[in-house]
Amino acid sequence: MFNFGTWTSEFNNFLMGFLPDWLTVVVECVIIAVLVLLTYTVLALFYILYERKLCAWFQCRLGPMRVGRWGLLQVFADMFKILLKELISLKDTDRFLFKLAPYIVITSSVVMLACLPWGNGLQIIDYNIGIFFILAVSSVGVLGILLAGWASNNKYTLIGAMRSGAQMISYEISLGLAIMTIIVLAGTMNINSLVWEQDSAWFIFRGHIPAIIAFLIYIVAATAETNRGPFDLPEAEHELVAGYHTEYSGIHFGFFYLAEYLNLFIVSGIASLMFLGGWMPLHIPGWEGFNNVMNWIPSIVWFIGKSFFVSYLIIWFKWTFPRVRIDQMLAFEWKYLMPLSLANLVLMAVCVALGWHF
Amino acid sequence: MNLLLEISNGALAITATLTGIGLVFAALLIAKLISPKSYSVMKADPYECGIPTRGESMIQFKAGYYIFAILFLLFDVETVFLYPWAVVMRDLGPQGLLCIGIFMFILILGLAYAWRKGALKWT
Repeated sequence: MFNFGTWTSEFNNFLMGFLPDWLTVVVECVIIAVLVLLTYTVLALFYILYERKLCAWFQCRLGPMRVGRWGLLQVFADMFKILLKELISLKDTDRFLFKLAPYIVITSSVVMLACLPWGNGLQIIDYNIGIFFILAVSSVGVLGILLAGWASNNKYTLIGAMRSGAQMISYEISLGLAIMTIIVLAGTMNINSLVWEQDSAWFIFRGHIPAIIAFLIYIVAATAETNRGPFDLPEAEHELVAGYHTEYSGIHFGFFYLAEYLNLFIVSGIASLMFLGGWMPLHIPGWEGFNNVMNWIPSIVWFIGKSFFVSYLIIWFKWTFPRVRIDQMLAFEWKYLMPLSLANLVLMAVCVALGWHF
Repeated sequence: MNLLLEISNGALAITATLTGIGLVFAALLIAKLISPKSYSVMKADPYECGIPTRGESMIQFKAGYYIFAILFLLFDVETVFLYPWAVVMRDLGPQGLLCIGIFMFILILGLAYAWRKGALKWT
């Protein structure tokens, strides 16, 4: 496998050659910031088009076709349009919190994006508690949504934010337990070690039954975490106008929209990291030739492909299942999903203790 | 493996945070420069389907949400305690498994109590 780390090390040595140490760090930090920013915007734009095209195909439509070839430039047109819209400030809003909310939502998703392993040696933040750090940052995003709904001085936004908050904190438990099931198998929380643990086979194969159950739990919980699919009742447009971002206009609204799509990518990225091997190619123990062929495909392609596949599943749910009610949603989490994920955790612990895994 | 071996994770996390703040700030600045501005009394009203809004909006709201928030606190702290166990689970052996089993049993008792009391029922 090609290690992208050699490129970055060489670049680092090149900079160290003629710059003092502190300036090298500053320059590298600036480069990282620019790269993260570029990735963020490109991914968000791609995801908007991806979802529009997919939902069009699920409904036997063509989707955006007019602007550019196959409507590829539609998202750029939308982006400039949204920048040109007026930023309306309402009376009696809590100005400070109203403006703070987009900062919190965007920042949490940027930090999560910086934690994902993009390829062999292509990772920015690599704590030894990596996956725990991602979960911790993801729960900060809820605060932004609650603030947005509260500060808008509108009843619909308040209801939307409350629903969103209740939903996100509830499903976070199942999400955490599903991830913990895999940590029991892996014995580490460092993202890079997690990927290398899957060198022999992906966790979903190594952990067999409990890992597959954990994957299903994770997908359901991730769909609810991102306020999508059958769990999009914070934004139930028939009841609540647009949920917590009703009163935001122009680019203010755009921030929530961007963060929503980026969160979709991030939960897909974590799913591919925890269950489908991250950037690790498909390896089957014993098939050396096959593994070598798979190693020829660059690691970044594997990661992006897996993430887009999981996002495809989550987008598919949205157009398959009808929206659930708030009581059904909370009862589903607390009465079924969480006891199931606890039981699954115990099952995985027993499997690991008895050595019933690959 | 780190992308850049010389930079600590804390500095990288701060860089990412500043990037997020910078993204919002820059986009808002561009929008402020090129977007139109106008003000009218009607426009500053909250959007509630065209009907004039009545009463306060920042009110005390349905207690059901808070019960779930309290339950969440309980189980979130539980997962925080479980994470270190999950990492070292293999080294602890049967004794660790038994201890965490007792811990989880007590927590499930708590959930059963909340369920029995009707805290999970949406009214």
